[in-house]
Amino acid sequence: MTPREISYAEAIREGFATALERDPRVYLIGLGVPDPKGFFGTTTGLQQRFGADRVMDMPCSENGMTGIVLGSALNGMRPVLNHQRLDFALLSMDQVCTQAAKWHYMFGGRMKMPVVIRMIIGRGWGQGPQHSQSLHSWFAHIAGLKVAMPATAHDAKGMLIAAIEDDNPVVFLEHRWLHHVTGHVPEGHYTVPLGSARLARPGKDVTIVAFSYMVLEALDAAARLAQAGIEAEVLDYRSLRPLDAGTLLASVRKTGRLVVADAGWAAAGMSAEMLALVAEHAHGSLVAAPRRVCLPDCPTPTSPALADHYYPRAGHIVAAVRETLGLRADPSDLAVSAGVELDKPNPAFTGPF
Amino acid sequence: MSSSVGADLGLRLYELMLRIRLVEEAIADRYAEQRMRCPVHLSIGQEAVAAGVGLALRADDLAMGGHRSHAHYLAKGGDLRAMIAEMHGRESGCCRGRGGSMHLVDLAAGFLGAVPIVGSTIPIAVGLAFGEHLQKRDRVAVAFMGEAATEEGVFHESANFASLHRLPVVFVCENNLYSVYSPLSVRQPAHCEVLDQARGHGLLAHPGDGNDPLAVHALMTDALAHARARRGPVFLELKTYRWREHCGPAFDNHIGYRTEAEFLAWKERDPIATFEKKLRAGGVFDEVRVARFIERQRAEIAAAFAAAQAAPFPAAATLMDHVYA
Repeated sequence: MTPREISYAEAIREGFATALERDPRVYLIGLGVPDPKGFFGTTTGLQQRFGADRVMDMPCSENGMTGIVLGSALNGMRPVLNHQRLDFALLSMDQVCTQAAKWHYMFGGRMKMPVVIRMIIGRGWGQGPQHSQSLHSWFAHIAGLKVAMPATAHDAKGMLIAAIEDDNPVVFLEHRWLHHVTGHVPEGHYTVPLGSARLARPGKDVTIVAFSYMVLEALDAAARLAQAGIEAEVLDYRSLRPLDAGTLLASVRKTGRLVVADAGWAAAGMSAEMLALVAEHAHGSLVAAPRRVCLPDCPTPTSPALADHYYPRAGHIVAAVRETLGLRADPSDLAVSAGVELDKPNPAFTGPF
Repeated sequence: MSSSVGADLGLRLYELMLRIRLVEEAIADRYAEQRMRCPVHLSIGQEAVAAGVGLALRADDLAMGGHRSHAHYLAKGGDLRAMIAEMHGRESGCCRGRGGSMHLVDLAAGFLGAVPIVGSTIPIAVGLAFGEHLQKRDRVAVAFMGEAATEEGVFHESANFASLHRLPVVFVCENNLYSVYSPLSVRQPAHCEVLDQARGHGLLAHPGDGNDPLAVHALMTDALAHARARRGPVFLELKTYRWREHCGPAFDNHIGYRTEAEFLAWKERDPIATFEKKLRAGGVFDEVRVARFIERQRAEIAAAFAAAQAAPFPAAATLMDHVYA
């Protein structure tokens, strides 16, 4: 029998259902959580099944509502706060970074903050400057937070359940371009521990570290490189904090080459952190300068004419790998196949967000 | 104050105010020792609010505060030794030395935390009440706040949600007229009342004399009954005055942001001295009891300082403890 495959969005919904079933303290809250579109299909049917006091809507008050779920967590609940875009959650930075992240430490370990704050990151289709910011590096900077960013349906469900069962505040980041992607997802309860990287594809010639949606592009790049006889190892950095440095260092010690593909910007971001770790701990292993494939250093433009030149994709990763191998650039790397529309996650997508 | 119950409440309010005053005066007096190496925000002059609220609360009710919360912590029954040790940065402090004066907690007493970011505990206190609501329990949460916190967006977000779900929360707003050195006149329109902001969110809102502990106690008793019966959240605006500088042990009337005359007018209305007069006039002031109380307090405070200063600091090896639960 072939293993059951469901979409990333369905995997999130199953993770929620499993957590809600197992623990009466768990509740979901967020603007639009019980809405007719089911939060991109990730909450569909949950309010009908678990009731309006466990799966609920909320006012448009990101900072206040974050504090409110924190207070409920101090008082025995295990909330999951949902934001349809990360950009809105930025209104809650005080409660996330200065309160949630600090309370366990600054009160001497006397209080726990078992909260999950879920944020979705957009890409393409005119999401533009304020619906597509991938600011995972901000959260990864903050001691006391855990930051999860799964790339597969399997990890989405397993890490979501792990996040809900964790006694610490977890920022849980989903890329909108992953929701439709299917993969094997076990039924019932399982967890994927927070704090571990995943070997997505073994290889010996170059290490490609990728975050979130860029794991898909990295795997595409690795397949293309394989045709040229280059074996790339792809690491899925599904956990940003705690960060599994060991997997990165072991891989770079083996391959001697590193390309980091991030869904965010390069400056002071996760890609810089990965390079810094290698520089500090595996400098002697590098046989070529590392490369980063990140967003250009400007806000995200809306027009597809500009956005098509904005988001990095597999070809950019292939080109970067060539550089680390000292190979000549190949303009065909960045060619777009006929019929492919770069601002859509899949041909079936017709917007609006 | 004719009944013995009333007399006892009066004396207990008086004693609680006195305890807070004696503790904070000791902190001020000893700050120059340079052994409490953290900012301190004293409530001297504002004790009636904490005392009136504290004695109206049920022991299992919950409270949260802000940067100026020594009084709230003590009035909720917070442990004195743990607070003084915390200010001294010791492992025996209420936050094991990780917090300091601006981060007080005593879970056993139901004081669930204070933080210095203005207004930041308001939604968290509302969240405590939301937790009571979701778990169908009947404790009330108190959000101690200053009037400047009504200028924070998060207050309005919190008040809206509390009102939406009729959560069992009481917002205790101490209006001491200043945010650091900035008077109300540069922060809020003269024709707008703090109370009306609360009313705009559908809160039951009452003004009160923040220098009269009995008035505060009566208002708070009604507020708690209202909130506990799930008739909705309550907002109390209690006008009072901070005697000392915003942060630190000194008086600062000479630096120019407020006048000596204004300070003296409020000092005339010292909540402790005024209330003592009232108790004496009512014939219920108990000289012997109060004298013994002061003696006991001084001994307890001296012992708390001695214990704090003798207590070990957190070991360097524990630096990374408690980052994650």
